Amino acid sequence: MSSTVSIRSDDALRDVKRAHVPFPVTRLALWAFTLAVAFGFAYIVAINPNFGWPVVAEYFFDPTVMQGLWVTLGLTVVAMIIGVALGLILAIARMSNDRLASSLAGLFIWFFRGTPLLVQLIFWYNMSTLFPRISIGITSWNTNDLITPLTAAIIGLALNEAAYMAEIIRGGLLSVDKGQAETAQAFGMTKARALRRIIIPQAMKSIVPPTGNQLISMIKATSLVSVIAMADLLYSVQSIYNRTFEIIPMLMVAVLWYLLITSILNVGQGAIERHYNRGDRGAPDRAKANSTTAAGAADEHV
Amino acid sequence: MSTSDNILVRARNVHKAFGDIEVLKGIDLDVAAGEVVVILGPSGSGKSTFLRCINHLESVDQGFIEVAGEQIGYHLRKGRLNRMTNREIATQRSRIGMVFQQFNLYPHMTALQNVIEAPIGVHRQNRGEAVRYARELLARVGLAEKVDAYPRQLSGGQQQRVAIARALAIRPRLMLFDEPTSALDPELVGEVLATMRDLANEGLTMIVVTHEIGFAKEAADRVVFMDGGVVVEQGPPSEVLTDPKHPRTRSFLSRFI
Repeated sequence: MSSTVSIRSDDALRDVKRAHVPFPVTRLALWAFTLAVAFGFAYIVAINPNFGWPVVAEYFFDPTVMQGLWVTLGLTVVAMIIGVALGLILAIARMSNDRLASSLAGLFIWFFRGTPLLVQLIFWYNMSTLFPRISIGITSWNTNDLITPLTAAIIGLALNEAAYMAEIIRGGLLSVDKGQAETAQAFGMTKARALRRIIIPQAMKSIVPPTGNQLISMIKATSLVSVIAMADLLYSVQSIYNRTFEIIPMLMVAVLWYLLITSILNVGQGAIERHYNRGDRGAPDRAKANSTTAAGAADEHV
Repeated sequence: MSTSDNILVRARNVHKAFGDIEVLKGIDLDVAAGEVVVILGPSGSGKSTFLRCINHLESVDQGFIEVAGEQIGYHLRKGRLNRMTNREIATQRSRIGMVFQQFNLYPHMTALQNVIEAPIGVHRQNRGEAVRYARELLARVGLAEKVDAYPRQLSGGQQQRVAIARALAIRPRLMLFDEPTSALDPELVGEVLATMRDLANEGLTMIVVTHEIGFAKEAADRVVFMDGGVVVEQGPPSEVLTDPKHPRTRSFLSRFI
């Protein structure tokens, strides 16, 4: 074969394996500029006494703040769990061939997405002015005993979340190839089993990222419950600065906690996304996923 | 074909329309147990739709289909014909294996998990037994080394062979093949057809919709030629394929020579 190709003197020099990369002057300059600005800004913030960093440090783990933090986390988790569960039911109802189910789900989504969350929270909190007593069958309760700031906050946040999650989950379910549901059907699976084993695991790939967004929005949306006297993170720093008048330092406490939580959630979201991308072409930990998740997923059968 | 007691599939006057378009215009067909029937026909002739009616993926508008003496999708009690519930239909389908044109493997499961899904989830087999049989089947379709591979890591031909193993895992009394090689690269068709030929030789009852005349010639007990929603001609491959009676069969076959 070598006899048929021509050889020139500089062929060895032209081998791209020995090529040099040009020195990235522009990129380095941009890096230097950006870092300088960032450090400058950080310095200004750090030495500005109005931020009251010593106060921030003092109150960062204050019991009142800690309690507020737990309320915020607890509300987020509970509202999100109810929201996702109800959202899944709404999504399935919305997609069903049953006109009644899909219309009811549509109405729910229309109402709870169409009105501000703040209004919904105040509305739930003041339920007793509409219905002083709530009765189911022969038992009845005083509405004010049922609707505390906590229950109003949970109901308000969860129902609103359910409406958004319903649309996210519906989009995810629709993203799965129609042939998958048909195959599950052809193999004699019930609809519920097909959803649980075949459709939802594949839909998760497109459900997880927007759900992560929703979770992060939810953490911040819980701050709205401070208007109905629910002692969340924001409410507790407010209660402190109403006493000490150190508004900015206390808000910085809240801001840092919100940032910390969302950062942790981002990491968690990444891990979940990798899990549901298994079986995908070019999934980074495919070789490992083959042995570990295969065994894990197979165990679910038992 | 004359003995009526070992008839596995009976289709009588099957009609099906999608909106205004009549796809099936009265199909009558019997398939005996152990028989391999290949349905040929131009695209749009209704052959895939008919196949999908057999396991009720499409409902029939008129007429009926029976598999192993049970009417598909309905039951007759004291002269009254009632539609089955979804659960009853699911049970009915659970012994009919199906292989799809686009393979339709579950992409989030390995080959082995694909194969054991229905045996464990639908047929309530114990896991150890299901895994043992799945490995045996995957070995039989030549994929013993690929049990832990995800579908995306397999070629089209390998995916289709996993799909065949998956359909066999439910110990079907009838196998339906819906253009199993149409989505494959030409060089991968052979391996899938070879697997199907083995199954045919083992006495499995098979209804195969395909464009592979060669497969029909070698493996079919009977060739059914459909066109325009009706069965135009049927008989042993030696007759229908080499000496077609009907002009439409003749013109269809002439395109393959």
